[in-house]
Parts: sequence; structure tokens; C-alpha cells
Amino acid sequence: MPLKTGKITLTAALAGAGTLLAAISASAQTTSPTLEAVRERGELACGVIGSSFGFSLPDSQGVMQGMDADSCRAVAAAALGDANAVRWVPLVPAQRLTALQTGEVDVLFAQLTWTMSRETDSGVQMTSTNYFDGTGFLVPTALGVSSATELDGANVCSIQGPGEVTARDYFTSQGMEFTPVLFAEGEELRAAFLAGRCDVYMIDQSALISFRASLGDNAGNFTVLPEIISAEPLSGAVRKGDPLWFDIARYAHIAQVNAENLGITSENVDSFADDASPAIRRFLGMDGTLGQSLGLEPSWAHDIIAQVGNYGEMWERHFGQTGADRGANRLAGDGGLQYPYPMR
Amino acid sequence: MSRYLAATETDARPAPDRRRTLRQILIEDFFYGPGAILCTLLLCALLAIAAWKLLDWALLDAVFGPTETLDASQACRAEDTEGACWAVIGDKLRLILFGLYPYDLQWRPGLACVLMIALYALSVQRALWRPALAGIWVVFLVAVLILMRGGIAGLEPVGDDQWGGLPVTLILSTFGLGLAFPVAIALALARQQRRFPMLQAASVGVIEFARAVPLVVVLFMASVMLPLFLPADWQVSKLLRVLIAFTLFGAAYLAEVIRGGLQAIPPGQYEAASALSLTYAQSMRDVILPQALRIVIPGIVNIFIGFFKATAIVVVVGIFDLMTAAKRAVADPLWQGFGIEVYLFAGLIYFVFCFSLSRFSARLERDLARDRAS
Repeated sequence: MPLKTGKITLTAALAGAGTLLAAISASAQTTSPTLEAVRERGELACGVIGSSFGFSLPDSQGVMQGMDADSCRAVAAAALGDANAVRWVPLVPAQRLTALQTGEVDVLFAQLTWTMSRETDSGVQMTSTNYFDGTGFLVPTALGVSSATELDGANVCSIQGPGEVTARDYFTSQGMEFTPVLFAEGEELRAAFLAGRCDVYMIDQSALISFRASLGDNAGNFTVLPEIISAEPLSGAVRKGDPLWFDIARYAHIAQVNAENLGITSENVDSFADDASPAIRRFLGMDGTLGQSLGLEPSWAHDIIAQVGNYGEMWERHFGQTGADRGANRLAGDGGLQYPYPMR
Repeated sequence: MSRYLAATETDARPAPDRRRTLRQILIEDFFYGPGAILCTLLLCALLAIAAWKLLDWALLDAVFGPTETLDASQACRAEDTEGACWAVIGDKLRLILFGLYPYDLQWRPGLACVLMIALYALSVQRALWRPALAGIWVVFLVAVLILMRGGIAGLEPVGDDQWGGLPVTLILSTFGLGLAFPVAIALALARQQRRFPMLQAASVGVIEFARAVPLVVVLFMASVMLPLFLPADWQVSKLLRVLIAFTLFGAAYLAEVIRGGLQAIPPGQYEAASALSLTYAQSMRDVILPQALRIVIPGIVNIFIGFFKATAIVVVVGIFDLMTAAKRAVADPLWQGFGIEVYLFAGLIYFVFCFSLSRFSARLERDLARDRAS
């Protein structure tokens, strides 16, 4: 008898395990633990730097503004239907990956450069690049320099840390001497450069835009050298191990780029309600199952565009008033790197 | 012996007259000879020039807001503007003071700041120095927490990720030192007693560890390493982790100051307490600690001032304290380049708090000296 009982128990256990496995594999396709946690909490915990203009910086009312902030809002709009359901978690660069790994934040938009070792070693995965940045040189026009290769022996102002390494790598590889002049804060660095403490200011393209804007009529006294010496694809990131959540964060960005490509903006998105174009009908969730495949509402892309806007609107909102060139962040069709991957 | 004695006789000088007139002071201290006259005039001229330049920059040529044709930022950057740009403070005031706290609810951190300042004002009244003061602290601090966090009494909940500016600086220093104080007394007593060597060793260990490790390292450990070791669903908020680190550090430093006070109490006091057959707890509470704490008030105030300013270090773990919020105000390209004005403003706030505390400490020392003399 004990043997028989044992058999029955074993069979039952096997059947139970089978059911469980089936349940797990089924749920792996349509649910995401992170999405469920976000929905239960009713807000998205988004890691940002919180002190950098154009990416994430509180305005005078304490509202977070910038490309990274809007990328957070886009994910929140997709996941919850409400772009304002974001809990901001300001992080310094050293904390960014830990905060994501430990689950303190659901998604990270913290000017994180997409590098190989970050993806292979840190247990995080880059979703998409929301800003292509790179380090360049700014010199006073009076210096009479037209290329970075003429900067032998220059005093170079840069921010401590990564900026310092980029400078050393470049000058060493060119066989040139240089004297680093390092600062912890952008404000002090800019004041020192304007006061003539250094010949050249090594600066990210994004920071260059805001610096030139702050110079007003004096901007003409400075020249940007043609060299861009480091590639900084600033990207969103999620934890590895939740593929559906990864898709949601990735396609929130791709939807913004597609919307710009299709000419859909936050202003006109509702005028497409009876549009006949299959691509637009699929995109806005009138046809097809794009939303369902992400475990989201059919209107997910509509919510992003209506509440946050398309990629171009986002760029204009944060960098447009500075009169800067969009450069690498133009759509692929205009010669940039923002590619509207097909949504079908 | 001879080198301790004067070899020649000097004429006795008249006793200094403490109540000199202004005229006498001027003549005797500033214009007593040709060199002194020259020096005084030269320094006065330099001071006058510096003061005029400062006045010109800070007030006469300063921009306080938009003009008829230009908005505030353009007015600050206009060619003919040489002075300070105080308009940046006007535009960013609430960001500097309250950080990311929801704009419509900022009366709550405002009121919380007022409560904490009122708490300081009450705590420096010697008439209120009795055990009930501890109760007042608890009531005020609970009220501050309720105001900041919300979630009860119809207040909308606000997570501590969104707290920032002055309330964070005040909370870290007030709660940090408030929690550290009882811990510090326990540590100091444990270190001073001889009966339980293990307890003494533990106390020495805690104090020496906290004093030997830089605060910034502990903050980094608490915010970068600690979460990796905790279970995934254990989310200890960043502010709480930092507060614990501050409390540990504050307790260690305070404990050493209090131990200094304990050592200054003459053995006769301990013996007298024993002779009255008071228990250890009674003798500490009623005889030793009231005297010891009184002696070390300047030291305690000194540590409080140090910690108040040290709170600015939390920028390394991404918390918006007063200083961080001020820096963020000038990251906006609209106001880039006006860092001096914003730093001066933040400096002024720190100065007001720290200077009031040190004035209080000085007044207290005078009062206590008079008490002892009488």
C-alpha cells in the first residue's frame, strides 16, 4: 500500500509540476513582474540624474524637465496610461546601476552611456538610445585654432572623472602635451573658462548647447572645433530577466520616433481617429495587437504621444529654444541616427 | 628660581579704565602717532573702496527682476549690467528651499521648517530645561514627520525621494542629533564605567570605528553597497539610510564630548551620591549628568554646528539638500553664470542658523559663569 500511495503522489506531483510549468511558460509571454509591480504601486520609479539641463533638471516649480524625464514619462504613459505617474529617484552616477540592480528603480534614464561591459557585466540591458552625445572642444575664437590637432600644450578645462580620462586618452593618442584643469562642478568650470583660466573647454555636445545659449550675444566669441572624440550613446536601461518589461521600455522610445516619422504629434494625435493608413491604425491601436503583445492597453502608443509627444517634440521642448542643431539626433530619414524601427 | 622673578623694577601702571569714551578710544588706539595715523587712514580708504564696490555690485547696479523691455534673465545679461543678479533667487527661491516637493503642497515643508526652528528656540530657553523637554522634542518631530510624509489626517502622501532643500538639511541635523543624543549618553556612560568590561569594549569599538572612518565612505556604503546585501523587497529609503549614518556618527562624537564632561565631575560628587545610597541610575540622572552636560554645552553646540554644515555632503548619494538644490538652480541655462548669487544666498541661510547657535552658546557660557560666581 505505501508503494501505491507513493506512486499516486508521484504522478500527482508530476501532473502538478506540468501544470505549473505550462502556467509559467504561458505567463512568461504575457506578463512581466516589473509591470505588475508598477501597476500595483500605481507609479513608475524612474532613476534620473536630476541635476543636468536638457536631461533631468527640476524647473522653478520643482517639476522634472528634460529628455530623460520625458523618456520616463513615456514609459509611465505606456505602462499606466498616465505620464505623470512617475516617482523620481535622483541618483549620482556611481549609484545608477546599483539602484537598477536592486530594484530601487524600475527603469533608468540617467545619461548612461551604452557600453559593452555595462551590458555584459552589470546585469542590466540598454533599451534604446534617447540621445546621441559625444565630447567635443570649445575654444575662444581669439585663440585662432581650427582643429583639435593644433592644441599641443593647451590648458584643458574638464570635469573630474570620465571627462579627465577622455582628455588624457585623446591627447596621449595624438602624441600631444596638455595640462588638465579639473573642476567638480559645471558652474565653476564655465566661470573659469570664461575668465581665461584655460585655452580649451572639453564639453559634451549636449552641455555645449546650453552653455552657448547662456552666452547670448557673446556666443560668437567662441568656436566649436570639428572633432568629436568620444561616442556617448545615452540610453535607457532595465534589469535583465524581465523580457517583456525590456520590450515595453524599448518600444516606448521607438513609438516616439515612429510618431515623428509618421507626422503624429501631441497636438494632432486625435485627428487620426478615422485615418485609413494601416500603419497609423496599427500604431494608434485601432487595428492589430501591438499593445496586447506588450501586455498593455491597445492605446499605449496613443497615450505616449498625447501626453508626452513624439521624439522631435521632446527634443524641441528641451533643446529647441537654444537654437542648436539636432545633429545625430535627427530622424534617420534626415541624416540622423534615430531610426523608426517598423512597428508591425 | 631667579628666572621666575623680575630682575628690574618697573613702574606700576594705572589700572586700565574700562569705560573710555569714543574719543579716547580713537586717539589711544588708532591715532596715537604718525605711523598709526597713516595706517588708519590707508586702511579706512581701502575699506571704503571695497565697501562701495560691494554696495554697487550687491544693490545699486543689481538686477532684482524683469524690466519694461527685458525679462529677468536678459536684464541680468544686458551689456550695461555689472551688478549682482538677485532675480535668479526670486525665480528659483522655492526650488532652492523645497527642491522637488510638489509645488502646491510646499506649505507643508514650509511649516515643518518653522516647527523645527521653533523647536530650537524652545530648546535654548534654560527655563525649559527639564525632562519634559524630551517630550516636546518627540511631539515636534512627529509633527514634522506627519507634515512631510502625509498619508494621514487627509494629507496627500509624499515620498521622501521628493523631499529637498532646507527641510532636508534641518531634518538630517535635527533628527540625526536628536536621535544621537540618547545614544551618545549611553555610549559615554558605558565607556566610563568599569564594572562591565565587555560593555565598555563594545562602546569603545563603536566610538572608535565611527571616528576612524570618513563619513562620506559610510554614506557611500549605505547607499551603494547596503542595498545589494538586503533582500529585494527590503527597500530602506535613501534618506533613512543617510539618517542612520548621521546618527551613528553624531553619537560617537557627542559621546566623547559627554565623556569629557563626566571626567570633569570631581570624584567627591560620585562618592557623595553613593554615601546617600543612591542607585547608579539615580546618581547619574540626578547628580552627575545634569552637571556634566552643563559643562559640555559649548562642545555639544560646536558638534551641532559642524553637523549642520556637514549635511551638505549628502549630495554624494543624490539627496537634494539645501546646497544641492542651490547648485541645481544654476544648471538652468537661463541662469548659468550666476552661481555667486545663489551660493551667497545658500551661505546666508547656513550663516543665520550657525551664527544663532554660536551666539546662543556664548550667552549660555556667560550665564553659567555668572551662576558659578554667585
